[in-house]
Amino acid sequence: MDWANLTQQLINGLSLGAIYALIALGYTMVYGVLRFINFAHGDVFMIGAFAGLYVHRWLKPFFQWLPDFLSALVVLLLSMLICAVLGIIIEKLAYRPLRQRSRLTVLITAIGVSLLLSYSAQLLFGAAPKGFPQLIKNQTHDLSGGVSITTEQVVVLVVTILLLVSLRFIVQKTRMGLAMRALSDNPAAASLMGVNTDAVISFTFGLGSALAAAAGIFFAMLYQAIDPFMGILPGIKAFVAAVLGGIGNIAGAALGGLLIGLMETLVVAYSKNIGIPPGFRDAVAFVILILILMFKPAGLLGKSQREKV
Amino acid sequence: MGLDSLALLFQFVELMRRNIFSLPALRSLWPTALLAALLCGLISPGCKKKDSAGNPDEIVIGEFASLTGATASFGQSAHKGVRMAVDEANANGGVLGKKLRLVTEDDQSKAGEAATVVRRMISREKPVAIIGEVASSRSLEAAPICQQNKIPMITPASTNPKVTQTGDYIFRVCFIDPFQGSVLAKFMLQRGWKRAAILTDVKQDYAVGLTDFFKDYFTKNGGTIVSEQSYSSGDKDFKAQLTSIRGTDPEAILVAGYYNEAGLIASQARELEIKVPLLGGDGWDSPSLIEVAGEAMEGNFFSNHFSAEDKSPAVQDFLAKYKAKYLESPDAMSALAYDATMLLLDAIKRAGTTDSEALRAAIASTAGFPAVTGNITLDTDRNASKSAVILQIQGGKFRFVETVAP
Repeated sequence: MDWANLTQQLINGLSLGAIYALIALGYTMVYGVLRFINFAHGDVFMIGAFAGLYVHRWLKPFFQWLPDFLSALVVLLLSMLICAVLGIIIEKLAYRPLRQRSRLTVLITAIGVSLLLSYSAQLLFGAAPKGFPQLIKNQTHDLSGGVSITTEQVVVLVVTILLLVSLRFIVQKTRMGLAMRALSDNPAAASLMGVNTDAVISFTFGLGSALAAAAGIFFAMLYQAIDPFMGILPGIKAFVAAVLGGIGNIAGAALGGLLIGLMETLVVAYSKNIGIPPGFRDAVAFVILILILMFKPAGLLGKSQREKV
Repeated sequence: MGLDSLALLFQFVELMRRNIFSLPALRSLWPTALLAALLCGLISPGCKKKDSAGNPDEIVIGEFASLTGATASFGQSAHKGVRMAVDEANANGGVLGKKLRLVTEDDQSKAGEAATVVRRMISREKPVAIIGEVASSRSLEAAPICQQNKIPMITPASTNPKVTQTGDYIFRVCFIDPFQGSVLAKFMLQRGWKRAAILTDVKQDYAVGLTDFFKDYFTKNGGTIVSEQSYSSGDKDFKAQLTSIRGTDPEAILVAGYYNEAGLIASQARELEIKVPLLGGDGWDSPSLIEVAGEAMEGNFFSNHFSAEDKSPAVQDFLAKYKAKYLESPDAMSALAYDATMLLLDAIKRAGTTDSEALRAAIASTAGFPAVTGNITLDTDRNASKSAVILQIQGGKFRFVETVAP
């Protein structure tokens, strides 16, 4: 066993997994309050990356007076804000009018919104992949034993942890978080107790979309190129991550994201040893989805609950 | 409105009538729906298409290219080359006394789309010949359709040998991958790089073929392949493969694939502190290669069809004309597309007709045709035997290193 190689692969896998985790949170939170899968979430992730590109382009003249990390922070926060607003608008226009309809109707609408977003983006930004600027000076840092980590990877991991901690704080310690949990537990009762359900749902969409935007920026930072269809695969994989962790469960989504990222990387890295061609990297997530649905439908951290008839 | 779409509409209406409008509640809606459908068909302007095939005063040249999508740079460059050749011919009074009309279809760089657009182009526009594609996978899709319809197809830059093996109506104006693979292998061995790693795009016929031919030549002539990794077009994360490659300590890495992924691979390789040179084939030839990777691309090599630094009058003349028309420098794809179109027009002149069999024979008998990318003589397998150049990325530019004759 080559330990340096394995450690390196774990670092690569963790930074990819952190991105999946951030997207998965949006799926799982929306599922928590509305009990439906927002398939347009992957495209919000894509819009987040493009928002980052254009914010950076427009504000470039101002950035020369700012240190790198500050301008990167501005780009990140503005993109998160743009996507939060986008998420709230999507919910208002597309999902709210259908709230009393069957869940299938909303699900199909979500697919429609997803197509609308990606093809509008193709119309606006063009189909060719665009290079993403280096937001922070990227350097490779040598760790012991031939293992290296880049500045971008460190930033992605640290900021993801910060975002997760603050999300936990919001959900557990604030009134809005309490309302979210109440709504997720029992919407009718929450509404009777005076929770403004519309406001809470809007907030949830905004929060989830902001996290997706952060994921979009990180993805663009790590892989340098963005295109209008970049959201589809990461979106689906993050959905699998949310199911893996137990859909509706916030800690589960984060864990599921990290696991999917790690497994995907390890399958490619050790494809020779385990006999799976690297071309099957995208299949890994789907095989996991099938296995989870077959053997542990509630996910790793989810509680199984009986449907009341 | 084309016949096929009419048939489709009819089928659809019939289906609706049987399944939906037969419900009692909806039965009364059925005549209204039919009326609406008919009105739709009559009003929509896009459906009407004048029958161009009947126009005796023009020659229709078809072109399909990846104008958008992952390899948009190839399609855009090729289209500019074809456009320039057609415009030049028209400015000189056309061919056989007729004006040329260029019909271009975009296949969006997507597998499956090339077949669709070529089929549509053939049935609607009846081109005398078709120029396209750069990517071998998409040329391979369209070739059987052109062969079946007996329409000569000339690919400017598809280097996979299988493309012209489709049939006697399929030609190319570039070298093929058994040659390109050996050029790259020879170049590595000459520089003393005997331990090579390979990273191949398994979704592209071009990349798979190039890898096979490279490996064959390289291992037979004393080189060792220390690691073989693969990826699929559209992947963004190559760190897993590159980390594995790093562990095997190669002296050079062959990246068989197209420019988008090659750019990402280069920058991720440098992040992982892989300092050995990366080498690629003509699929790297695009300005986007450097846009994506920036400094990470410096010092890497790739084989190509032509170099803009070539001092020969044919190249310099083409360069000047191209810059005057498009205000940018041509790449190999535009030069090859220009050559393919010029060769086609020359064949039409020699045949004296646009009859498909005569035109096919005229193209097949092309010998010593003076082209920008070198003289073209088509062999019995309808391939051009030409020399390749090796380019190196220096200061964000593609610099000429050497020419390798076949």
